[in-house]
Amino acid sequence: MIPEPSLPFPVPTEICSPAKTFGFWIYLMSDSVIFALLFATYASMSRNYAGGPTGKEVFDLSTVFYETLVLLSSTLTCGFSILSLSKAKTPRLLFWMAITFLLGLGFVLMEYSEFHSLIWQGAGLDRSGFLSAFFTLVGTHGLHVSIGLVWLLVMMVQVVQKGLTAPVQSRLYRFSLFWHFLDLVWVGIFSMVYLLGVL
Amino acid sequence: MKRYGLMKLVARSCLCILPIFLVIGLNGCNLNNVADLEPSGPIARSIDALFWITVALMSIILIPVFGMTAWIIWQYRASNSKAIYAPDWDSSVWLERLVWLFPALIIVILSSMSWVYTHRLDPYKPLASASPPLEIQVIALDWKWLFIYPEQNIAAVNELTIPVNRPVTFKITSNTVMNAFFIPRLGGQIFAMAGMETQLHLIADKSGHYFGENIQYSGQGFPYQNFTANATSLQEFNAWIDKAKQSSQQLDLNQFNELAKPSVRHPVTYYASVTPAMFKQVMAKFMSKQRTQGSPEPLLASPLEGVH
Amino acid sequence: MFGKLSLQAISYDNPVVMFGVVLMIGGGLAMVLLITYFRKWPTLWNDWLTSLDHKKIGVMYIILALVMLLRGFADAIMMRTQQVLAEGASQGFLSPSHYDQVFSAHGTIMVIFMAMPFLTGLMNIVVPLQLGKRDIAFPFMNALSLWLTVAGAALIMASLAIGEFSTAGWSGYPPYSELQYSPDVGVDYWIWALMLSGAASTMTGINFVTTILLGRAPGMTLMRMPLFSWTALCTNILMVLAFPALTVATGLLGLDRYLGMHFFTNGDGGNMMNFVNLFWIWGHPEVYILILPAFGIFSEVISTFSGKRLFGYRSLVYATFVITLLSFTVWLHHFFTMGASANVNAAFGIATMVIAVPTGVKIFDWLLTLYRGRIRFDVPMLWALAFIPTFAIGGATGILLAVPPVDFMMHNSEFLVAHFHNMLIPGALFGYLAGYSYWFPKVFGFRLDETWGKLAFWNWLIGFYLAFMPLYALGLMGMPRRMQHYDNPEWQPLLVVAAAGAVFIAIGIGCLVLQLLVSIIKRDANWDQLGDPWNGRSLEWSIPSPPPVYNFAVIPEVKDIDAFWDMKEKSTVDRQPVHYEAIDLPKNTSVGVVFGGLSFVFGFAMVWHIGWLAMAAGVAMLATVIARSFDDDTEYRLTAAEVGQLEGKRFRQQAENQQACAKPLAGQE
Repeated sequence: MIPEPSLPFPVPTEICSPAKTFGFWIYLMSDSVIFALLFATYASMSRNYAGGPTGKEVFDLSTVFYETLVLLSSTLTCGFSILSLSKAKTPRLLFWMAITFLLGLGFVLMEYSEFHSLIWQGAGLDRSGFLSAFFTLVGTHGLHVSIGLVWLLVMMVQVVQKGLTAPVQSRLYRFSLFWHFLDLVWVGIFSMVYLLGVL
Repeated sequence: MKRYGLMKLVARSCLCILPIFLVIGLNGCNLNNVADLEPSGPIARSIDALFWITVALMSIILIPVFGMTAWIIWQYRASNSKAIYAPDWDSSVWLERLVWLFPALIIVILSSMSWVYTHRLDPYKPLASASPPLEIQVIALDWKWLFIYPEQNIAAVNELTIPVNRPVTFKITSNTVMNAFFIPRLGGQIFAMAGMETQLHLIADKSGHYFGENIQYSGQGFPYQNFTANATSLQEFNAWIDKAKQSSQQLDLNQFNELAKPSVRHPVTYYASVTPAMFKQVMAKFMSKQRTQGSPEPLLASPLEGVH
Repeated sequence: MFGKLSLQAISYDNPVVMFGVVLMIGGGLAMVLLITYFRKWPTLWNDWLTSLDHKKIGVMYIILALVMLLRGFADAIMMRTQQVLAEGASQGFLSPSHYDQVFSAHGTIMVIFMAMPFLTGLMNIVVPLQLGKRDIAFPFMNALSLWLTVAGAALIMASLAIGEFSTAGWSGYPPYSELQYSPDVGVDYWIWALMLSGAASTMTGINFVTTILLGRAPGMTLMRMPLFSWTALCTNILMVLAFPALTVATGLLGLDRYLGMHFFTNGDGGNMMNFVNLFWIWGHPEVYILILPAFGIFSEVISTFSGKRLFGYRSLVYATFVITLLSFTVWLHHFFTMGASANVNAAFGIATMVIAVPTGVKIFDWLLTLYRGRIRFDVPMLWALAFIPTFAIGGATGILLAVPPVDFMMHNSEFLVAHFHNMLIPGALFGYLAGYSYWFPKVFGFRLDETWGKLAFWNWLIGFYLAFMPLYALGLMGMPRRMQHYDNPEWQPLLVVAAAGAVFIAIGIGCLVLQLLVSIIKRDANWDQLGDPWNGRSLEWSIPSPPPVYNFAVIPEVKDIDAFWDMKEKSTVDRQPVHYEAIDLPKNTSVGVVFGGLSFVFGFAMVWHIGWLAMAAGVAMLATVIARSFDDDTEYRLTAAEVGQLEGKRFRQQAENQQACAKPLAGQE
């Protein structure tokens, strides 16, 4: 192994590679620029209804509330899986990973059905600038979650197949960073898009 | 080490100063033809002055840089064994302060000048004048310009006539992609965008026929999107209005849609009358915030939402 | 089945296009035949295409850059010729839509597929060597970046033969680039080429920020890093933070075009001003992404060929960092004429001018480095010396454009074109070419031919002045950029001068090609036997040329900014160490090149709306990456004994070379 460099900030080096973790943080920074710009675009277009429906008319806060609940609990279960990772308890780890996966999948399906009903109501992504910005911002987040689900699935296979090797642990750690990041973005979407949208 | 001939160094020093000669020389020899440098209105004249002041300030930096480059290269060429060689000399407190302060000073002067002039020459600022401004509505089309004179209730394509010494308020929009409305001899350009109104205030103080253009690329017909801007006496202006009034054509929505179809080298056309609020209707087609009930302001104005 | 694609997409009837296509396919076929004739396919595949060695990836980046330079320049000389011809009654030889494609392709290619690969290649080769590292942080991701960039470039090349390229300019402003006004696939080619290379650049940024910040040689503190590494760090920070804006801008435009959304459309709630903002939030930092590494190269070259420590190292580092930060605060100066309020315009104008301060500091620091030096006029130094005054002119015209009222006059005119070429040719390309001849012997073990190098330099320099100084004047005369045709006969003489300049540049490029060929043929006369051809100062010169695959057998300890110079002064170089250690290196893999190929297919399918193919390629891309993640056996180990053997051989050889070198010298005295 090439000797691992030390990091300017603390990371659990027993379960992750410092260079890859550092690189992943930088990736998250870059990704958050994407989200920041999508938020800004949404904000500047949030009233461009072009005669179409407004957020107040189409947003269903109760659905969104359940979506938020599901995603937030998946972040909790993801945290549990990392805890069991540092204790090297494979079955428990797999259990929490599976729960996280199911919750994430639930979130994506709920979002899908929300989009479906919006489009069905005539509030599709080509209706107005406002709806384009809405679908793109929320959809980009949803796409990230879906990619996260594929990643999680791959990691479950790797845990079973390879066991808790150093690279597997390191990847799981980075996955958890990714998952928590998506949670943070969702909190932004929930408050800025939905809450402000219905106010 | 190969010795460097004197000729090569002379050539190099010349090359350093060449651009200045080129720009000034080329402009100097046919100054009468340089559109931007022969202003025919106070706005263009101020910009022209501002241009040359900035050039002068810049040369305070440029000339020492050229001189130093040429001299240092010549003096410290490897073959000049008489020159001082100080291989480890890498810092000097006062020199480093100087290299930060000297450019900073120039920039402070330039910035304050820029701040003042940007406000003074703001294209949205109405011009002070004894006579009331003439309003002209400008619509960019593929690939021609439509000028509507609301007070006179006439319109013209690819020809603009204004009386000298009377301020003109241009209200500008586009019925197509982004364009830029520009009469170099009178003042700066401003973008024309669909669904939005931009403004430009100009005044001509010399009569003449000036070149007007779209300077923002807008597709295949872009090179042909020119017009003539006539600055005339009041009598000639009135005569021109009368000429337009005698046109057999009226600009209504059907005519407009016909006119809006892409074309190049569209002949100068006059319209004896214009459907009321034509300009507003063209803009309204593209307005984004149509909403019957009072809708609140956007959460965050785009940085350019400052468009008045 | 084939989406929008049909045989009509190939414009058989356009002789200019067909000539280009024949040239491109002919060149490709000639390469294939040559490789087959010399039986180099296995070498090509095993030693290059599948390699994860940062030096080889760097070389491949630069080859891509040079090829794209030829293509981009072909576009340039076509535009210059067209503008000489197309006055008054004449229409020239390019139709409007063809001319519009040519200038759009020229800009896109030169910025994204010439300059970016060139600087990325130089960083790949040099940064690890300067920092005393054996590899970069993520070698596999590096290969992905390379092959995504190649795929993007290939898409643009494909647009020449199949379909058409965008006519919306390299900045692709909507609503013109929307489906309503640009219904053909040109803009889609532009979008997907930018998407692929944008993703590549973001990954490069992540890779190099990590590489530079983590695990440098012991003693190599941040404030001892050579200036090129510093500028590389700043450039990569900019890549990480700015490229997402390009991805968002082109992505949203793509959503408008593919899914009928309304981000930037005329009407229906679209707002094209958002695109312009997003584009320049990337576009302005991009200018510094291109220029900063060149600043780094100039710093290295000027210090080396003056035989002197860099003057004001700290000032230079701070200036670089200030430029990095400020580059995010000035994007609005690209559209003062959009009608923002005087306060906004003035504020952004002043922010722009403030950037001139650190840039001015750099110029003076370079001059002070030359001062009291022993200036040698080798080819890299010529580029650097020509850069200083030429770039100063570009900076001055930039200040002019930063004064909003003056910009109202100059914006969108040839003055603007002259200005940014005056920044990017001396400020970026001269730097890359200086770096190319400076580090060439390090990579290949022999120097480039001096005579052809000097000829190339003088032709470029004269050509540059002739080609772009007239454009300043034309801008002042009110000539807009992007004119396929004009009616003003007064513009023509200056356009003839500009075209003559383009001919000089063509000769300059020809000289560069010949220089490479001559140098390869005459390489025996130009061997760099000791690894330090220029009496260098930083660590890359402390190792042999070409460097061994592991770069440093023993990681050096750094005690000074000019680490290698310091070792030479204290005579601590060339001592064979007693102990070696085992070294792990990345294994070759074909995943990178396969991924690149798939991404090309994906992009192509998306451009032509071939749904099934795009889907298949997308799934295959995902599958490739997942499969790779299952492979934990990605490194191989050179044992201490093997390293010792290799190094022993090298030291014996070097001793022989030293004797061989010493004899003729002794004879001269």
